[in-house]
This record gives sequence, C-alpha cells and structure tokens, in this order.
Amino acid sequence: MSTPASTPVYVPFPAAGELSDADREDLRRNGILLTSLEELYNWGRSNSIWPLQFGLACCAIEMIAAATARFDIARFGAEIFRPSPRQADLMIVSGTVTKKMAPLVVRLWNQMPEPKYCIAMGACAISGGPFKQGYNVLKGIDRFLPVDIYIPGCPPRPEALLNGLIKLQEQIKGEHLNGPRSARHLRDDAPSEYPIPEYGTHDLTPAQNPALWSAPAPPRYPPVDPTA
Amino acid sequence: MDTLEQLRDRLATRFPEAQVVFVTNPGASAEHSLLLDAAHARDIAFFLRDDPALRLDYCSNATGIDWPEKEITDVVKTSVPDPAGGPAKIVETKSVRVQPGYLEAVYHLFSVALKHGPVVIRLRTANRSDAVTLPSLTPVWRSCDFQEREIFDLFGIVFAGHPDLRRILMWDEFKDHPMRKDYVEPADYEWEPTAHDEVLDKAKAFRASVPSVAARKETAS
Repeated sequence: MSTPASTPVYVPFPAAGELSDADREDLRRNGILLTSLEELYNWGRSNSIWPLQFGLACCAIEMIAAATARFDIARFGAEIFRPSPRQADLMIVSGTVTKKMAPLVVRLWNQMPEPKYCIAMGACAISGGPFKQGYNVLKGIDRFLPVDIYIPGCPPRPEALLNGLIKLQEQIKGEHLNGPRSARHLRDDAPSEYPIPEYGTHDLTPAQNPALWSAPAPPRYPPVDPTA
Repeated sequence: MDTLEQLRDRLATRFPEAQVVFVTNPGASAEHSLLLDAAHARDIAFFLRDDPALRLDYCSNATGIDWPEKEITDVVKTSVPDPAGGPAKIVETKSVRVQPGYLEAVYHLFSVALKHGPVVIRLRTANRSDAVTLPSLTPVWRSCDFQEREIFDLFGIVFAGHPDLRRILMWDEFKDHPMRKDYVEPADYEWEPTAHDEVLDKAKAFRASVPSVAARKETAS
C-alpha cells in the first residue's frame, strides 16, 4: 500500500439504498435515520398524489366511493381531488371515453404539470369495454395517453382503485432522479404533451397516436395448422 | 280516458281533414299507437295537450325508428279450371314489390294531471333520403327538445320549427346518422377474442387495410 499510514483513508459511506433493511433498522434504534434524497423525494411524492377531479361514467361513482369515509383514499394521501389540471399529479380516467370526449381528455393531460401519472380505471378506459364495437367509443385511452396503471373491472370496486393507487406508489418509489433509469418526467426524450386528435367525419383523426399504440397482432393468425 | 280507438274517432271528428291511422302492435304488450300525418301533427298535439278530457301534458320519451327499404313477395293463388273437366289446378303467381323505406318519430305521452297514459303517437317521413322533414313537437312539449335533437343526430329526421336543431351526441363535423340501419362504421377493428363472425370479418378487413399490421402477420406466420 503506497498511502502513508498517517494519511486518513477515505472510506465512502454506503448509500442508503445499498443498506439492508435490517442494518437500517439497527441504525435507527441507535438514533441514526438514514435515507437518500431520492428516497425522501419519492416518499413525499408517492404519499401526496393529488388526482384530477373528473369522472366520465359509472367508474367515477366508485372513485367517489373510494374518497368517502368507508374506503378513505386519504389513508394514502390522495384525497385532495383537484378541480384544475394545473394542480393535479394523477389523471384517473374513470369510465367510458367517447370519441367526442377523447380530445378533451388529452387536452387536460397536456395541461397537467410534470411529474404526472395516468390510471386507466375500468374496462372502458382500458379497451372500450362493452362498447368496444360501437361507433362512438374510444377503444382504450392508451391510444392517446401513456397509461401507468390499468385497473380491470366493470366497474372496479374502490378496493381495486386503492390497490391500483398502491401499485402507482410503488412505481413512484422505484423511480430514479438521474441515470439511465431516471423517471419519465426527467428524461428529455419522453414527451410531456401529446397531440390532440381532431374530429373527423366518422372517427378521430388520427384514430390513435402511432407513437404510443399500434394494433396488437393476433396470437395465432392465420391459425397454425398442427399437421403442417 | 277513452280507448285509443275512441281517441282516434274523436280526432277524426275534430280534425276531419287530417289522416289518423290506428297502428296495432301485434306483440304481447299490445301497445297500439296512432299514426298522424305530418301536416296536422302539431295541431293535433296541441289538442292532445289542452283538451280537458285528455290533458296529455308530459312527453316522457321521443325516439326514432328506421324502416329501410324492404322487398315483399306476394303470392297470389288462382284456380285454373281444367278444360278436360278434371279438378281445377291452383297456380301460384309470385310478384316482388319493393316497399319504400321511411323514418319514424315516436312520442310517448302521459297526463300527470289526470294520471293516465301512455298514448303513443307516430310521425312518418315520406322517404329516407330527401323528404325527411317532420314538424317539431318541441313547441308543444318542451321535453322533446333534446330528444328531437338526438333523433336528428342519430336518424337524420329534420324537425321543422325546432328552436335549436343541432347534433347533440356526435360532434358537429360528423357525417351520416349512425343509428340508421345502413350506417357503415369506421373500420378500426383489431383482433379481439370474440365469437361473432361479423366482428371477426371486420377485424380481418382492418388487418388487411393497415400495412404495418399486415406485415406483422406475414412475419408471424
């Protein structure tokens, strides 16, 4: 070792994220609370998600029920439904998105400040649901918006919405502030605003955002001939 | 209240120049209705609302029906006497006639004051293409306002005298009337797990029309 014995050796303190929970609990018992800025930041964000106060159909009734005392979304810090997109962090697309409503939903999303998240609540918001084969219902909001959490159900119970919210909190807690795996809102290449579709003569133009969505390939089409 | 037949006779005496046709409903509900001619429909509607014995002050529902053009085969049996003196032959002659299509607006009327109803009245357009104007009954019953706009939007019946006839459900740029039987929906059917052949055929047509999806089908197979 070339370093003289008199010079103090710099030992980097382990980052909070590299300590095991048991080690950290041991330190906490001795009066030392360890965390990282990233962890603290994500902890604060994930426990104060302010949803946008808007509903589209019957799923909105379940969303309202989740805010009442019985289910109490306030336990997760998401009780402050904001009537303005400028103050909201989370868009819960709760219900059937008609083609007439879809440009307005995208416009609301564009007006929300980053960081922002999107939950597609219920069968209609995911895929069009029972109205999928209709002429007037958008076949899933993920054709125009980046959806973080899908909550199936018709409509999902308030517990399912709370579960989806917890999943979103887990996603937020796992986000990084820098580096290649940084959060979406910190990356330059990830857009914050999405193009708003226009009303066409029979459908929206474009009918979907090609950067976000393309038609799924059928699982086995044409049908596989087992004898071939 | 009188029966619907009696009501028809009252209207016939009150409006002698108007044509009021009694339309029977052969179904189990036997919800018969009166077909009014468009020229006198609003006068008759005012009468139905204001007559002290009827006082049909509430139009609960207005809806549209599309009756597309229909081919009807008539079979006429004629007995031809055998010149040899045998039993007469029965000859069937079939003739095909085309019943022209039309659009209908149906109104369900109740009396809140006298607690009776419903009285169902119908208005019929001349055809489905160019003569689709009917008199609006919104001046008689205000509740018809949005519902007539909906009929205009989805069926394409033009209500003359409506205070604000615009599309209500579809956007203003929308063309055609989606609840008509011959409306062609936008072809945006991707694959979906369904047992309905009609939907699967549409999905196949959609796949063929989108190059990227068709290319992926090639690589998958």
